[in-house]
Amino acid sequence: MKPIEIAFTLNGKPRSAEVRPRVLLSDFLRHQMGLPGTHVGCEHGVCGSCTILLDGRSARSCLTFAVQIDGSEVETVESLGTASALHPIQKAFQEEHGLQCGFCTPGMLMVARELLEHHDTPSEEEVREAIAGNLCRCTGYQNIVAAILSAAAKLRAEKETTV
Amino acid sequence: MKPAPFDYTRAASVEAAIALLASAGGEARVLAGGQSLVPMMNLRIAQPRHLVDVNRIPGHDYVRREGDELVIGFLARHEHIRSSPLVLEACPLMAAAYDFVAHGPVRNRGTLCGNLCHADPASEMPAVMLATHAEMEVQGPAGSRRVPAGEFFVGLFETALRSDELLVSVRIPVAPKRQGWGFHEVSTRKGDFAFVCVAALLQVESDRVVAASISAAGIGARAVRLLGLEQSLAGQPPNEATFRQAAEDASATVPFHDDALVPGEYRRELLSVLARRALLDAAARALSSDL
Repeated sequence: MKPIEIAFTLNGKPRSAEVRPRVLLSDFLRHQMGLPGTHVGCEHGVCGSCTILLDGRSARSCLTFAVQIDGSEVETVESLGTASALHPIQKAFQEEHGLQCGFCTPGMLMVARELLEHHDTPSEEEVREAIAGNLCRCTGYQNIVAAILSAAAKLRAEKETTV
Repeated sequence: MKPAPFDYTRAASVEAAIALLASAGGEARVLAGGQSLVPMMNLRIAQPRHLVDVNRIPGHDYVRREGDELVIGFLARHEHIRSSPLVLEACPLMAAAYDFVAHGPVRNRGTLCGNLCHADPASEMPAVMLATHAEMEVQGPAGSRRVPAGEFFVGLFETALRSDELLVSVRIPVAPKRQGWGFHEVSTRKGDFAFVCVAALLQVESDRVVAASISAAGIGARAVRLLGLEQSLAGQPPNEATFRQAAEDASATVPFHDDALVPGEYRRELLSVLARRALLDAAARALSSDL
């Protein structure tokens, strides 16, 4: 139960830390790494608020122990944009009212990012499937779906202008 | 809630993992995808003293064909298996059942073998293993053994796996060419555990059922083969009337789990309806592959 040393990449930067085995990745990110964007809702894998990307794939940070990320790459919602320079997905959520209380938003943004990295023209059904493991207790799903579809269009436009 | 303290070791090989399990005298648990174990630890339903992390053992995330078997290693994650063209071809029943398993982030991490070892009574994959006559390749300090799915699932969250053994792979007989399949489920929301799910495999010749393998989960403490239903279909014409009657008869004799959310009588009704639908799909597919 002694602390274990881990080295990993967090939002593109190499980091290292000492962590006890029982510490969940969600708590580690919030309390040891000072990144409170990852929200802790149910803490048993049901709500999806704590979703991060682990080696490029979405994962529940509340179902991952921090010791497990040794050698891995972790991306949190803080890897997207800043308040003054929103990521296109965040911009779309703002424009389409894709958030109400905002609690589920970090998880929604991260699964949206995973989806849009693999499909640049997702159907509404694919968007709904992608967010199926994320609960919005404001029940604002319509606008979340609209936001992700709008984000897909933004990202496509962005890609076209850079080519 | 937070998990109780535990010791953590990252195993470098299967042998090392088994040695760690053996030395812990039943106090250790294997950590693979963690999608069932960690919620139980967070809720303190499970408080293992030691976790043996097998995630970094190289070479066990495969999905491959070996002769007439589809073989899936213990680190193959649900999402990988679900999207494998080989699985679609060699075990289309499994590919169909995966549409009902959890959600993207859980499937990205969770493993098939971990899911089977957890043996949730309402999980889809144990039913698929029973219907396909899969075998579990289990390794312990004394070597490895093969356990048929019918002997692997023992009870509620209970398998034939000993505390010093690791489920290293699942071996599923490749589906014969003219076998039809059907899978139906009802749950609260898509991705949730099943109230009831039914997996059916049928072979049809000259308008008669010549082979049937049918299983269900969600009805009791563990997934079960519906042997009575299989026997009653032998030699029968594969039509709606046959399936309706056989499914009604079979569900009348099965004991059902009863809880506040899903009454036993509702599960009985679901079994009857879902078995009929799964059999109709299986028969249609068996006949269309006949052409």
